[in-house]
Amino acid sequence: MAVINSKINTKSSDFENNYQSMQGIVEDLKTTLATIAKGGGERACARHESRGKLLPRERIQALLDPGSPFLELSPLAAHNVYGEDVPAAGIITGIGRISGQECLVVANDATVKGGSYYPLTVKKHLRAQAIAGENNLPCVYLVDSGGANLPRQEDVFPDREHFGRIFFNQANMSAQNIPQIAAVMGSCTAGGAYVPAMADESIIVKHQGTIFLGGPPLVKAATGEVVSAEDLGGADVHCRNSGVADHYANNDHHALELARRAVARLNRVKPVNGDIKESVDPIYDIDEIYGIVPTESRVSYDVREIIARIVDASDFDEFKALYGTTLVCGFARIFGYPVGIVANNGILFGESAQKGTHFIELCAQRKIPLVFLQNITGFMVGKQYENEGIAKHGAKMVTAVATANVPKFTVLIGGSFGAGNYGMCGRAYDPRFLFMWPNARISVMGGEQAAGVLAQVTRDKYARDGKDWSAQEEADFKQPIIDNYEHQGHPYFASARLWDDGVIDPADTRMLLGLAISASHNREIEETKFGVFRM
Amino acid sequence: MSDKPVFKKILIANRGEIACRIIKTANIMGIATVAVYSDADRNALHVKMADEAIHIGSSPSNESYLVIDKIIQAALTTGAEAIHPGYGFLSENAEFCNQCKAHNLVFIGPPVEAILAMGSKSSAKNIMGNANVPLVPGYHGDDQNPAVLKKAADDMGYPVLLKAAAGGGGKGMRTVMHADEFDQALAAAKREALNGFNNDIMLVEKYLLGPRHVEIQVFCDQHNNGVYLFERDCSVQRRHQKVIEEAPAPGMTEDLRQRMGEAAIRAAKAIHYEGAGTVEFLLDTQGEFFFMEMNTRLQVEHPVTEMISGQDLVEWQLRVASGEPLPCPQDQLHIHGHAFEARIYAEDPDQDFLPATGTLSQLQTPRENTHLRIDSGVIQGDQVSVYYDPMIAKLIVWDTDRAAALKRLTEALSDYRIKGLTTNISFLYNIATSQAFRSGAIDTGFIEQHKDEIFHQRSDDIKYAAPIAAQAILHARQQRAKALAAGSSEPNSPWHLANSWQANSSAKPILHIKIGTQELKVEVDSAESNPAVKVAADEESFNLFTDRGVFHCSEAKPDLGLQDNYADGNLTAPMNGTVVTLLVESGTPVSKGETLMVIEAMKMEHAIIAPANGTVTEFFYQPGELVDDGAELLAFAELEETV
Repeated sequence: MAVINSKINTKSSDFENNYQSMQGIVEDLKTTLATIAKGGGERACARHESRGKLLPRERIQALLDPGSPFLELSPLAAHNVYGEDVPAAGIITGIGRISGQECLVVANDATVKGGSYYPLTVKKHLRAQAIAGENNLPCVYLVDSGGANLPRQEDVFPDREHFGRIFFNQANMSAQNIPQIAAVMGSCTAGGAYVPAMADESIIVKHQGTIFLGGPPLVKAATGEVVSAEDLGGADVHCRNSGVADHYANNDHHALELARRAVARLNRVKPVNGDIKESVDPIYDIDEIYGIVPTESRVSYDVREIIARIVDASDFDEFKALYGTTLVCGFARIFGYPVGIVANNGILFGESAQKGTHFIELCAQRKIPLVFLQNITGFMVGKQYENEGIAKHGAKMVTAVATANVPKFTVLIGGSFGAGNYGMCGRAYDPRFLFMWPNARISVMGGEQAAGVLAQVTRDKYARDGKDWSAQEEADFKQPIIDNYEHQGHPYFASARLWDDGVIDPADTRMLLGLAISASHNREIEETKFGVFRM
Repeated sequence: MSDKPVFKKILIANRGEIACRIIKTANIMGIATVAVYSDADRNALHVKMADEAIHIGSSPSNESYLVIDKIIQAALTTGAEAIHPGYGFLSENAEFCNQCKAHNLVFIGPPVEAILAMGSKSSAKNIMGNANVPLVPGYHGDDQNPAVLKKAADDMGYPVLLKAAAGGGGKGMRTVMHADEFDQALAAAKREALNGFNNDIMLVEKYLLGPRHVEIQVFCDQHNNGVYLFERDCSVQRRHQKVIEEAPAPGMTEDLRQRMGEAAIRAAKAIHYEGAGTVEFLLDTQGEFFFMEMNTRLQVEHPVTEMISGQDLVEWQLRVASGEPLPCPQDQLHIHGHAFEARIYAEDPDQDFLPATGTLSQLQTPRENTHLRIDSGVIQGDQVSVYYDPMIAKLIVWDTDRAAALKRLTEALSDYRIKGLTTNISFLYNIATSQAFRSGAIDTGFIEQHKDEIFHQRSDDIKYAAPIAAQAILHARQQRAKALAAGSSEPNSPWHLANSWQANSSAKPILHIKIGTQELKVEVDSAESNPAVKVAADEESFNLFTDRGVFHCSEAKPDLGLQDNYADGNLTAPMNGTVVTLLVESGTPVSKGETLMVIEAMKMEHAIIAPANGTVTEFFYQPGELVDDGAELLAFAELEETV
């Protein structure tokens, strides 16, 4: 046992100030998400319900086991992106339990622009499928969408990671025996028609669900044939004549019940491997994190205080505690699952990068999932460090992170800047899940630094031209850069673009990690083969 | 008391709880017992408890328990000296009493003259009037011309009560609130009386408002001694059937008790009574009391008297019948504490007390002790059949005062677990926990007056119960989840949690709950706190025993639209019974709500109603045929809706 001895004074004014500040940020997050959770607004929801349809969140509720947690993914998607409200990008995705099994649920929200696919809708759908694929989770699609958003077709249709990839994924997941189940609970037009058609089993709701490659307007335009949506592709057509759908549902609830039954008969058993223990709560309250994280991101603090509030019994067995101290590595458990934790405790030096590499090798060897707690301004710069080979040490760590074949989970708890983001398993390194705290910032470097670099370049140019650059001019030059970095580095901006899987209340971190790690155990951990380490 | 048995062997001409009750005392007194039984009762508890048992015929009581010859023969065959008739069946049958005498068998009950005198309500009233026992104004004449009866009613003023002269148990009885209802009510009451007692002579009585049913237990021996064992208040009735009885009567004064007791003794002496008898009075709000009738037998509710007096009335009956003097004079009889009796029936209070039949797949009773007694004739696995009274048990509780006894009653009711058929336990619990009942403000109109509270028709009650029900559902959900987790290969997984967790969400879980017949959406505050009420859970639903009654709750099942596909269907019998009439021709169009056929069960009629506009395509049974619970009665085709 190596229980972390917290040195936090919860009565101090610093704690109090930090707490209130974080609480304000979290409140704002919750308020924003509560608005998003209302979908397309009151009128659209009322119209939706008047047709006897359940709202997408109600559908998910009814689909999941009673009381099941729901790990929703990227609810901030498309937030303030399109100059029009597209709450949650018109699609709700997440992991929940169905008939005792963790499943990935994708539900179109027809109250948002008829459930049509914006570019970020596609991205979110694909991200959900990627999570299903990586973690071997059955997929249940609750389809209610008019298909691609036609005005934006150039960013929806043609590319590799566009609409077509959805069906590519369905086919390939099916090939890997990752079950694909679709319930058609509304329209399902054109490309969308392939969601149920490509599914292993499909369900359709009578008088609600329709599946066709071309809807009645297109049919009329193309051939002059006048046909109702129901006769063209309703439940009766597809269950009795075409065979496009397999199960006939009387209503939404019935469809969801049929989907639950479809999952119940998948004949899948979750492989549970490794040394798993009983879950023990941390000895410190998790919401104390609010008071620990400084209001001012430049103020440093001991990341072990965060670890103490996330891991079982606050028990953390540190590796190389005295070496490369700006990176904290160690073994712990979260909800009983063994994890290796890699957490920043300052800027990365050559030693810390080498230590991190060693630790990642250990975890990969032992098949222990890795949790990265990112709070990193980057690798150390300067003559001495470059001469000591900081680049190759950084490269070692990046190689280790990139090729370690264990589930990786990343939480951005503070800054995420530059190559630090790579070494600490940023989005590009395929962590199974990546979450951001609402106080975190992400960019190639800090706004101040970027402005400083650009100002230096400008000042040099002025100097070459023999011109004078006043302090005021420099300040006016830097401010918009700083503002822009702040705006684009904000977690909402990041999450809106699917750079993460969600911005989260720090107090939910333990629970989310627990759910995510447990979900990842649906796929057995494989052997790792590392790349060449530059020595 | 002497150790010499008063009788060596007695036969009990009854079944069910009362037969068992009598056997218990006989056992204590060292008296051998003979049970009689019908086909349906072959394995009944009373048969098992008795020393000997004689089969006396097929299941219908008029082929077994009501057949005098067979019972006399059984007594003679087994060498029983006396016959205890219990209550109901032959207990007040003069012919039976005569036959006993003719065969030298002691009838444990009053002399035949007393039965005859009290058997006809009109003659009873005459005798009582002469004995200076106060009477309710009424017409007890022989002239049964409807016009004469109507005039009598008009003269005494409405409301009036129509009663069958030979009646009892609420049959052949009608309350008439207005003159214009009289003729119809009279016809119905006469029909019932004729069916029930083969005698349709009717009495007309003034109907008292706010009256209480207070009865005096009397006991007389063959030596001209008579005592009263105080009163029982049986005001809480439905359809003139007692539901909860208690002793002493709430608010009874010593003076009134003595006056009523003495009047009851006068009544008994006027007919030279012997044995156990009950003189029923109506007690009005002014403290005036009027003779209603005298029951010349042991009453169903006698245990409450036993509990407060410390006497065994069956033992008294046996001693008195054997010629011994009363075990105890008046001045040695005292009231100790307070007792209640609740009659647990197989019936559905929500469906107008439709009697229920079926197998008692579970029958778990509260534990008996000095405070709690259960008189029952059935055990788990027994059938409640269509042939006899559907009473499952009498729950009797005692404590030092009314409030304490009432608490025991509600506790005990909430501990009862019966599965397999519908019971009135919730109904009893709701009465017992109602404000009015707690305060003792009871009269014979109690249930009608408080039906909104008792049947939870008040929105307040639902509001009160909803959060408790929600908590109970969440609690059960978490218990299930914990059990599931414990049995899984990764009990540590947070996916086992059943707290509807979602990141960043302070949204409270929403439950769809069904309370009684109402469905509602409830936002739940916290999943952790345990409801401080008793929850009796089934697989599908649960009962919530609260301070404000019991609520039958379940998580509302979403409508899966499954019935949409079965517009046509056949209607089934709600219970075992006999087809009385077919009211429509097959093939004739009927409208929704129309009565298609009538089934009689437990002497009550049940209508089979058209579920929609349509036609009966075929009746599968004809009048007079027996039908089983759930049997398809008729084929019904719904009319195609044209929208």
